[in-house]
Amino acid sequence: MIDTGDFWLLTILLGIGTFLIRFSFLGFLGGRELPDWLLLHLRYVGISVFPALVTPMLLWPAATGGQTDWIRVAAGAIAFAAGMKISVIGAILAGMGAFYGLRLLETLL
Amino acid sequence: MSETQSAAGGQPGRAFWRGYRDCAPFILIVVPFSMLFGVVARDAGLDVVQTMTMAVLVIAGASQFTAVALLQDQAPVFVALAAALVVNLRMAMYSAALVPHLGHAPLGMRALMAYLMVDQAFAVAVRTYEDEPAMARSEKVAYYMGCMMLICPMWYLFTLVGALAGNLVPPVLELDFAAPVCFIALSAPLLRSAAHVVAAGVSVAAAILFHGLPWNLGLFAAALAAMVAGAQTELWLKRRRAAA
Repeated sequence: MIDTGDFWLLTILLGIGTFLIRFSFLGFLGGRELPDWLLLHLRYVGISVFPALVTPMLLWPAATGGQTDWIRVAAGAIAFAAGMKISVIGAILAGMGAFYGLRLLETLL
Repeated sequence: MSETQSAAGGQPGRAFWRGYRDCAPFILIVVPFSMLFGVVARDAGLDVVQTMTMAVLVIAGASQFTAVALLQDQAPVFVALAAALVVNLRMAMYSAALVPHLGHAPLGMRALMAYLMVDQAFAVAVRTYEDEPAMARSEKVAYYMGCMMLICPMWYLFTLVGALAGNLVPPVLELDFAAPVCFIALSAPLLRSAAHVVAAGVSVAAAILFHGLPWNLGLFAAALAAMVAGAQTELWLKRRRAAA
């Protein structure tokens, strides 16, 4: 069981802390001009963060206790291919579709 | 789209609905993922009010899962808090990347945009801003809000559905797989140049290399390495083109 006091303390502090992280640069720097070298690096934030988030999720998923599950890896690869060739929605549908399809196949075989 | 009209004040109304539409595919991700949080939180012993309070105050799925899992394992509050905050630290990078586009907005609006900052809206909005440098400032703000006005209500609503339905969602559904699919769908359209491909490659390699680092710091190290790699590649390609 989760202690009620612990829960509320954590939730309120996490809410405040998360807001401050999000507010940080946007809030405190506001309309200030950023130097060119920083702007150059900031253009790569998305493509630098997302693959690093996905990689451990695919290779060592928490849901399997960190065991590599080849169905997840394969479905991730299919989602990526669909994302490159088709569209965002194509990536989502192909990824989830491949995942459930391969799982079904696994249980049938 | 309408480059000629967007020079001065632009058309914030239209930009809002464009953002709304452009973020629509992510409903397919937000619905299962938020529902899963509702289910997991109830499983961990939280009541519906607690579950919803956390979803509304934090709106950051991965950190919510981290916090609940650690509390359930009887970790000290401040350990759970620190671990969950580190998961959210990536959003400081989003915050910085949004400054050139949204920094002009009034303080109250910036605070609202900060509260609503989630991965999907950040990625979709920045991609559009870079594709269309002619976008007016008011349109950029409207577009961002349009992205969020779809994602956030769904996040709240389906957390509630998950919290109420609870055990009706069978675990065999493995809804957690929506998270990696989401980030893959966000990444693919960002691979717009050789420098972006290099950044993504370094990001994956460094994430594997730094996987052992404690506190989720591997993500940070990998993201920083990838940003430098992308920026340096862009500069190198420019120099080479200039020399040719």
